[in-house]
Amino acid sequence: MVEVKNLSFSYGERPVLSDISFRAEEGELLSVLGSNGVGKSTLFRCMLGLLPGYSGQVLIAGQDIENLSARKLARLAAYIPQTSSPAFNYSVEDIVLMGCSSGLGVFSSPGRAELARVDWALEKIGIAGLKKRCFHHLSGGERQLVIIARALAQNARVLMLDEPTASLDFGNQMLILSQIKALAAEGYTVIQTTHNPEQSYMFSDRILAIKDGRVLAQGSPRQVISQETLSLLYGADIRLSSLFGDRVRVCTPAFLADK
Amino acid sequence: MDEAREKILKGAGGIPDREARRLSGGAVLALLGAALVLAVFGSFMLGRYPVSLGQLLGIIFHKLSFLNIEQTWTDTQAIAVLNVRLPRILLAVLVGACLSAAGAAYQGVFQNPMAAPDILGASAGAGFGAALAIFLGLGSVGVTAAAFGMSLVTVALVFFVSRRAKGERVMGLILAGIMISSLFQAGTSFIKLTADPTNKLPAITYWLMGSLVGADNEELRFVLWPMLLGLLPLLLLRWRLNVLTLGDSEARSLGVDAARLRPAVILCATLLTASSVSVSGMIGWVGLVIPHMMRRLTGSDYRYLMPASMLGGGGFLLLVDNLSRSLTSTEIPIGILTAFIGAPFFLLLITRRGEYNGRS
Repeated sequence: MVEVKNLSFSYGERPVLSDISFRAEEGELLSVLGSNGVGKSTLFRCMLGLLPGYSGQVLIAGQDIENLSARKLARLAAYIPQTSSPAFNYSVEDIVLMGCSSGLGVFSSPGRAELARVDWALEKIGIAGLKKRCFHHLSGGERQLVIIARALAQNARVLMLDEPTASLDFGNQMLILSQIKALAAEGYTVIQTTHNPEQSYMFSDRILAIKDGRVLAQGSPRQVISQETLSLLYGADIRLSSLFGDRVRVCTPAFLADK
Repeated sequence: MDEAREKILKGAGGIPDREARRLSGGAVLALLGAALVLAVFGSFMLGRYPVSLGQLLGIIFHKLSFLNIEQTWTDTQAIAVLNVRLPRILLAVLVGACLSAAGAAYQGVFQNPMAAPDILGASAGAGFGAALAIFLGLGSVGVTAAAFGMSLVTVALVFFVSRRAKGERVMGLILAGIMISSLFQAGTSFIKLTADPTNKLPAITYWLMGSLVGADNEELRFVLWPMLLGLLPLLLLRWRLNVLTLGDSEARSLGVDAARLRPAVILCATLLTASSVSVSGMIGWVGLVIPHMMRRLTGSDYRYLMPASMLGGGGFLLLVDNLSRSLTSTEIPIGILTAFIGAPFFLLLITRRGEYNGRS
C-alpha cells in the first residue's frame, strides 16, 4: 500500500509538484496521467527516494520512506524504468539476478536461493525461455518483461512503472498491460505513469490526473476519463466515444469529431 | 495475448542465440590461472643466465623453507632468480593485474566501455611526479614515491573539482579528469623543456615510455600493499559492480547506494593505477584492452570478469615484458610494445564480424 500526503517539490524557485495526495491500495493498478513535463517523473523520483528535499510524506507499507535506507526501500518498492539499456551486455539471468541485490550483503555474491528466485520470477512472467539470452538482443517488449521479472525478484510488493508501454507496438503494449494487471490482481500494488488515457481506462483500477503539478482529478476510470477532464488535462478539445458497452472509451480531437 | 507470449517464449523471429558460451566462467578462470602459473615459471628460465626447471624449484624451495636441498645451482643463478627475475616477474604480473582490474572497475562505475585506468588523471599525475623527482635528482625510490603521491593527489583534485561541477556527476568526473590530466601533462612538458638534456631529459622520457627495467625488491615492497589494498575490495565487491553499471537511479532502486559505492570503487581503482604507474611508468592499453578481451571469454558479469581481468592482465603483461627483455639486445620499453600489440588487437576486436561484447 502506498500513501502520498501533501507532497510538494520544487527545483530551486520553480514549483514542480504542489500538495499531491493519493493512495494506492494492494491489488490495485493506479495510472498517473498528465501532459509532458507535468511532474510525473518527479513524483516517481520522490517516491523512490531519489530526490530528497520534498515536503509532505510518502508512506509505503506504512513506513515513511524518508527514514529508509536504499536497501530497505528497495525491499518495499521496485522501479521499472521506461527503458533500461545497461552499458554492457548481460544475460537475462544476470539482469534479473540484480533484483536480488537488496537481500545480499555488500561483499556477497548471489547463491542458490537467489538463482531459484530468478527462475521463479522468469517463470511467473512467462519468459523462462529467455533466461540465457543476451539482454541487448531482446526486443523492446521482451526487455520490459525482463525488467518486470527483475522487479519481482526484488520481492517488493509495490511496483512502480514509468511509462511501461511508451515505445512498444500495440501487441506488446497489450501484453505488458495485461501482465501488470495480472500482478495487481494477485495483490501487488502497481503504479504506472502513462500518456495513453484510453489504455488507462481499459486497464486501471484507479486514475490520478496531474496538471501543473497539482491533482486535477482522481478516482475510478469512469470518473476521471471524461471529456471535460481530458480536455483540461491535455489543453486540447477532446471528444470521447464509448464503445463495447462502455468497456472502452476512445479519444478524438474535437476538430475531427465535430466536422 | 497468449500468442504473443508464446512467440516470446520460443524466441521466434529473434536472433538465434549465439551466446551460449562454450566455457563456463569458472572454467575460464581455471584456464587463465593455469596459463599464468605456466607463464611465471617459464619467465624465470628466460634470460642471460640459463636456469633449468630443477634448479629453479631448488632455488625457490631453498629460499622458502630453508630445506636442506642439495645445491645444484650456482650462486650467480640464485642471485639472478631471486634478486633480478623474481621482483621483475612479480611486478609485471602485479602491474598487469592491477591495470586491467582498474580498467574493468572504471568501465563499470562510469558505464563506459572506453574508460581506461588513466581516465581520472592517475597516469598524468604520476608522470608529472616522476618527472619532477628526476628533475630534482631524487633516487629511484624517490621517483616511485613522488609518482605514487602525485597520482593520488591528481585524482583527489579531479574528484574535488567534479563535486563542485554542475550537472551529471559521472560526466563531471570524466570532464574534470580530462582537463586536469592535460594540465599535468603540460607541467610534465615544461619540466622536460627545462631539464638537463644530457642525462635528466632522457631519463624522464624513458620513464614516461613505461618500463620494468631495474625492478627490484625494494620497489616491490613499496607497491605491494597498496596493490593488495586495491585488489581485494574489488574482488569482494565484484558482483555489486554489475548493479553500478545500470546507473545511479536504477542501482538505488535495486537497493544499492551508488553514491556511496562508486567512490569506494574509484578509490580502489586509483590505488591500483597509482601504484602500478609509479613502478612501471606509463603502460597504456592494458587497462582498456584486457577487460574487453576478458568480456569475450566470460561475458560482462563482474563475478567472473574481475578475476579474469586480473589473471589475464597479469599474464599478458608478463608475456609482453618477456618480449621486451628478450626480443632485441637492448630492451624495448614495455609501454611501446603494449601499444604495438594493443592497438591492432583492439581494431581487430571492433571490426571482427559478429557481436562486440561492449555496447552492441
